[in-house]
Amino acid sequence: MTVWDDVVGQEHAVAALQGAVANPVAMTHAWLVTGPPGSGRSVAARAFAAALQCPQGGCGTCQACTTTMAGTHPDVTLLATEKVVIAIDEVRDLIMTASRSPSGGRWRVIIIEDADRMAERTTNVLLKTIEEPPPHTVWVLCAPSVQDVLPTIRSRCRAVVLRVPPPQAVADLLVRRDGADPAVALSAARAAQSHVGLAKRLARDAGARERRTAVLSIARRIRGVGDAVLAAGELVDVAKAEAVSATQERDAAEKAELMRGLGVADGETLPPRLRSQLKQLEDDQKRRATRHQRDVLDRAMVDLLSLYRDVLVVQLGAEVDLVNAELAETVRSLAADSTPEQTVRRMDSIGVARTRLAGNVAPLLALEAMTIALRPQG
Amino acid sequence: MIVGGAWQAVSVPPATKRRTATPLAGRNWDEPTLAPVVLVRGAEPLLTERAVDGVVGLARARDPEVEKVELEGSTYGSGQLLVAASPSLFGEAKVVVVRSAESGTEELMADLITYVGSPDEETTVVVVHGGGQRGKKMLDTLTKSGAPVMVCEPVTKDAEKASFVVGEFKAARRRVDAEAVRALVDALGSDLRELASACSQLISDTTGTVTAATVDRYYGGRVEATGFRVADAAVAGDAGGAVALLRHALDTGLDPVPIVAALALRLRNLAKVASMRGGGLSARDLGMAPWQIDRARKDLRSWTPEGLAAAISAVAQADADVKGEARDPVFAVERAVMTIARSRR
Repeated sequence: MTVWDDVVGQEHAVAALQGAVANPVAMTHAWLVTGPPGSGRSVAARAFAAALQCPQGGCGTCQACTTTMAGTHPDVTLLATEKVVIAIDEVRDLIMTASRSPSGGRWRVIIIEDADRMAERTTNVLLKTIEEPPPHTVWVLCAPSVQDVLPTIRSRCRAVVLRVPPPQAVADLLVRRDGADPAVALSAARAAQSHVGLAKRLARDAGARERRTAVLSIARRIRGVGDAVLAAGELVDVAKAEAVSATQERDAAEKAELMRGLGVADGETLPPRLRSQLKQLEDDQKRRATRHQRDVLDRAMVDLLSLYRDVLVVQLGAEVDLVNAELAETVRSLAADSTPEQTVRRMDSIGVARTRLAGNVAPLLALEAMTIALRPQG
Repeated sequence: MIVGGAWQAVSVPPATKRRTATPLAGRNWDEPTLAPVVLVRGAEPLLTERAVDGVVGLARARDPEVEKVELEGSTYGSGQLLVAASPSLFGEAKVVVVRSAESGTEELMADLITYVGSPDEETTVVVVHGGGQRGKKMLDTLTKSGAPVMVCEPVTKDAEKASFVVGEFKAARRRVDAEAVRALVDALGSDLRELASACSQLISDTTGTVTAATVDRYYGGRVEATGFRVADAAVAGDAGGAVALLRHALDTGLDPVPIVAALALRLRNLAKVASMRGGGLSARDLGMAPWQIDRARKDLRSWTPEGLAAAISAVAQADADVKGEARDPVFAVERAVMTIARSRR
């Protein structure tokens, strides 16, 4: 067993990182791990941190390895965000941490999981410290692609590129680590297009599989403009409901904890001077809900995209596996009803909707434009 | 595939009455009356002021020596009302005006409830309550005691604004034609106080009948447009009118983003109503008011599914553009408005 066990299908990248751990000459102070969502960027970054802290170079069993993988190692700092962007203050705090020497371990490792979620001026704060950190500090940034970070950051880091792992490798991981049923694991890995986290969710949660099928059924249901607008409304409502159910309990718990911390009893009104603290918490929670809703919608759009990819595969007679093998019927009937040109145009419209959603366009409007483009056209 | 024009076959049911919140019961703001306790309720400050002035005027007419005392609800201390309302040494009548009872202290509520049980017949107490739930018990007690209530609700509909303007001119014994009234409401309708001061300016500065030309001389070139009016014009196919309204809206400080949202909402409602054809969906399923559905049905007669699709896509692009994808947000909205107007059959 080693810390690299959970980094599936990335032999090349793992070899590079292991080499850097073993050989001081191959080591550098700033790394940029890139790869498509779900390919295991943050897992790879953690495994790398664990290997750096571990006296055996990543045994996976010693205290350094287990605490790092659990995110509790004192010299390994993780920055991820559940909001839409990483705030500049959070990054400023990191720079303070980076200048301290490691307390027990060999390195001070700082991992930024969503480096693409930093605004330009936030990234600029990092420039100096990433270029010349103190001798025992290592920065590990994760982003979907090299283009997602500023050129000035890019040029200061050594890039490690992760690829899309093969579905079989993901399925094996699910079977080994999470005890999933092999057949379900493989179909989940295919449906998730090798996104490890998503595949795990699909393999373990029957509700998630149903929701995915419901989203895909939209492609068949839209007959006209009116249906398209209603379907878009439905998608947004489902995303909203999911975001609320995912965050509601946690929001209430956080609020209760804050109130207790401020010494306010239940049902008592908050004194005006303390209201700003509650306001800040509520603002953070609202941002988290926005991010969650967007993520849900984006996932729905990626699922639809995979369906039309299958349609295109059938239309062009390509000899590759379908992503949605269990929906072969739907795929074939959609393929028969349209031309490859139309399918490509539909895929384009889904891509445009994803860009628009990221660009803060009203979600309902962006989805309406998308579902309208999906309707059957003569 | 839907054939263009299929929507024409939809039969139009008789227009249902628009639902509104239950209005406050009571007399109008311009019918003042004298009573030991008068309640003035409503959120329109101009009208409450006038209602209070009306009551004070009546009291003056009865007794020119009347003394007016003002009390502020939010800083009220216990007993102030009794001190103010009790007859003075020289026996002159008094009018006590209690302002902003909606943010009044607990003492004010308690004192008012006690006072209304045995009011001083020589004194008039005017309680001004600007709306909201606070002081509900006091309001109920006052109303139950038979105190007259004067209602000063905000004026929102264009027809109500027009009748307000007509009333203003009638009070000054001046004639005004219907065109002029409409022009005034278009130009200054968003704020009742502005509308009132415009009326008084026209009354004092001009002679004879006030016509549209007079209004144009004083307030010409100013149109208060909202995103919804722009959307209405665009959906009606009036490209020129819609763009003119859009420019007015932008010039009077409206941001492009809510305008795009208004366009999207209007087209969304059209599309939703289009899907109602024989689908058995009711107004409740669509989350729309019956009058919105009636209006959408009327508009749909001149829209094809393809036109609607093009219009919604254009608005989605415009939303992306005004949020930073394009350099000129104003042009983006203008282009969307033109596309909508042109997509109509």
